[in-house]
Amino acid sequence: MASHKESIIREPLITGKNITYAQITDDVLSPVENKPNKAWWIGFTVASLGALLWVFAVSWTFWYGIGAWGLNKTVGWAWDITGFVWWVGIGHAGTLISAVLLLFRQKWRNSINRSAEAMTIFAVICAATYVVSHMGRPWMALYCLPLPNQYGSLWVNFNSPLIWDVFAISTYFSVSLVFWYTGLLPDIATIRDRGTGWYRRIYSILSFGWTGSVKTWQRFETVSLILAGISTPLVLSVHTIVSMDFATSLEPGWHTTIFPPYFVAGAIFSGFAMVQTLLLVTRKVLGLENYITMFHIESMNKIILVTGSVVGVAYITEFFIAYYSGGEYEQYTFLNRFIGPYWWAGCMMYGCNVLMTQVMWFKRVRTNIAMSWVLSIVVNIGMWFERFVIIVTSLHRDYIPSSWAMFYPTWIDVSVFIGSIGVFFTLFLLFIRVLPSIAMAEVKLLLKEQSEQAKKEQIKAGHLDPDQVDFYKNSLKKFDSVDVSAYENV
Amino acid sequence: MSSTKYILGLFDDPDEMMHGIDKLQKNSIPIYDVYTPMPIHGIEAKLGIKDSRLGYAAFMFGCLGGTTILSLVYYFLGYDWPMNIGGKIHFALPDYIPVTFEWSVLFASFGMAFTFFYATHLFPGRAPRVMDLRATNDRFVIAIDAKGNTPHEDITNLLKEAGAVEIKHNDRKYVSYE
Repeated sequence: MASHKESIIREPLITGKNITYAQITDDVLSPVENKPNKAWWIGFTVASLGALLWVFAVSWTFWYGIGAWGLNKTVGWAWDITGFVWWVGIGHAGTLISAVLLLFRQKWRNSINRSAEAMTIFAVICAATYVVSHMGRPWMALYCLPLPNQYGSLWVNFNSPLIWDVFAISTYFSVSLVFWYTGLLPDIATIRDRGTGWYRRIYSILSFGWTGSVKTWQRFETVSLILAGISTPLVLSVHTIVSMDFATSLEPGWHTTIFPPYFVAGAIFSGFAMVQTLLLVTRKVLGLENYITMFHIESMNKIILVTGSVVGVAYITEFFIAYYSGGEYEQYTFLNRFIGPYWWAGCMMYGCNVLMTQVMWFKRVRTNIAMSWVLSIVVNIGMWFERFVIIVTSLHRDYIPSSWAMFYPTWIDVSVFIGSIGVFFTLFLLFIRVLPSIAMAEVKLLLKEQSEQAKKEQIKAGHLDPDQVDFYKNSLKKFDSVDVSAYENV
Repeated sequence: MSSTKYILGLFDDPDEMMHGIDKLQKNSIPIYDVYTPMPIHGIEAKLGIKDSRLGYAAFMFGCLGGTTILSLVYYFLGYDWPMNIGGKIHFALPDYIPVTFEWSVLFASFGMAFTFFYATHLFPGRAPRVMDLRATNDRFVIAIDAKGNTPHEDITNLLKEAGAVEIKHNDRKYVSYE
């Protein structure tokens, strides 16, 4: 290990003085092993009230039927599917971080993958609740599965993207869960070995008896790598199939061939924004500034910028093709996004997703925590409006003007949406309370080479190109967790 | 006769632990196992642990998953209830690629993960066989079966020379059983 030294010009992934392996364990486990602070309780109270609202609104829906929502004959899909696609999109960042970045050997993923994966799982749960509640009679969910039945058996239609979606999302959820939990085993074992009594017994069951012997670690790494390899096409397939729910229809604004890559880019975009929203708060509240550093924040902002720009190109392509196709319905649909009654939704979509994120070209914006956080919220809002525009604005005025209509959400629509955010945050807050929010074992791998203290030793030892050392020292200035004055005499 | 069952060398640095493994092996002292808080590359080669074959398992499970769903869909829509959709062929293969892919991934990942759990004896509720409680925190532990012919003091000295921060002579194999 020590035979290999990382180039000095690479920025550190762990900052802080005198960080040891034990220190990493203590820092990461402190929210798990201690009583939660006030901030957590406030957050949890608000979130669980939101979750209660969700329970209430969904129960109301089941009792009175889908008529409780603002849907009508023209706009048969509205906030529900908007919320569904929004949540599934958010659920893409976790697997992207844990799988794609692992394949690309991006070591900065090590300290954010755990919470991003947890977020993925909770977001997919939220997405699934929309599908089930839209069924009105949730026990009918079984009809999505090809089960023998009394009608013949009449099987589900495997030519339909909606059935592909059932398979894609359920596979995505379960594979993400396996990936996440397998990665958790060593860290749960750490909690177990530090605990006592019933606390230890619970974590002992959860740890599957992990010991960290050579063979288990070797197999563990094989499993992680292969899971990453097969999750990468999986994560791309999921949002591709979600986009096909729309793209295989005959609806202007929906049936565009660019949808699969456009949706995947949008999913990564919104997913990273949600990771940013959560982690900027988490690192502050849990005091994890040394592990989730400015480098991580800036890297995520760069991904948001790139995927936001890809989405921007997709928007422009859509407009161009609508113009170039010469199809009047197609052209009207896209003009309607700006001149129709939902012009404000269109402005939110294009403004938040494309215009606002372009400010991330500036390093000062990318490395500013407050601005990053605000922009991540802006992206979340923009991506919700993107789905709203695609779904509602396309549906409300299509081929026959006599059936044109508007969509007005009822308070149930609004409550289900706000409630699902409550469900999400309740689950996330419980997660950071009972499980390590940073993959300790993986972060420990970085300590000897990628940490700030190791790099400092490297500088002290000499034999480095002075230009490169200066470059490195300059790059440290953006970090909020590094004391730059310590480098004056080094 | 001493009651020591296992001798543990605790290191606080993975490189020193690797050095310790080399030293022990040079002196022909067999190593029982090594416990680390994180994956250390290169130990498996030193201890002669063969490459994992989980990749083959994943591949076979993936093939099984893809074949299963494709056969099922053939039975459903090609044989049991063929539907005339605009005169198109009943078994429209391109439409079935998404589900075939999904189930290949599903079977591959679950099959592989469960094979991993089975092969390394991991399951919920298994009593953890931990030799030192800090091996999952900040200690890199080399365990040596004390029944060998080498005098215990020699092993202790070797570990000390290699840089072990602590050497334990354990009377019990596992400390974690309650």
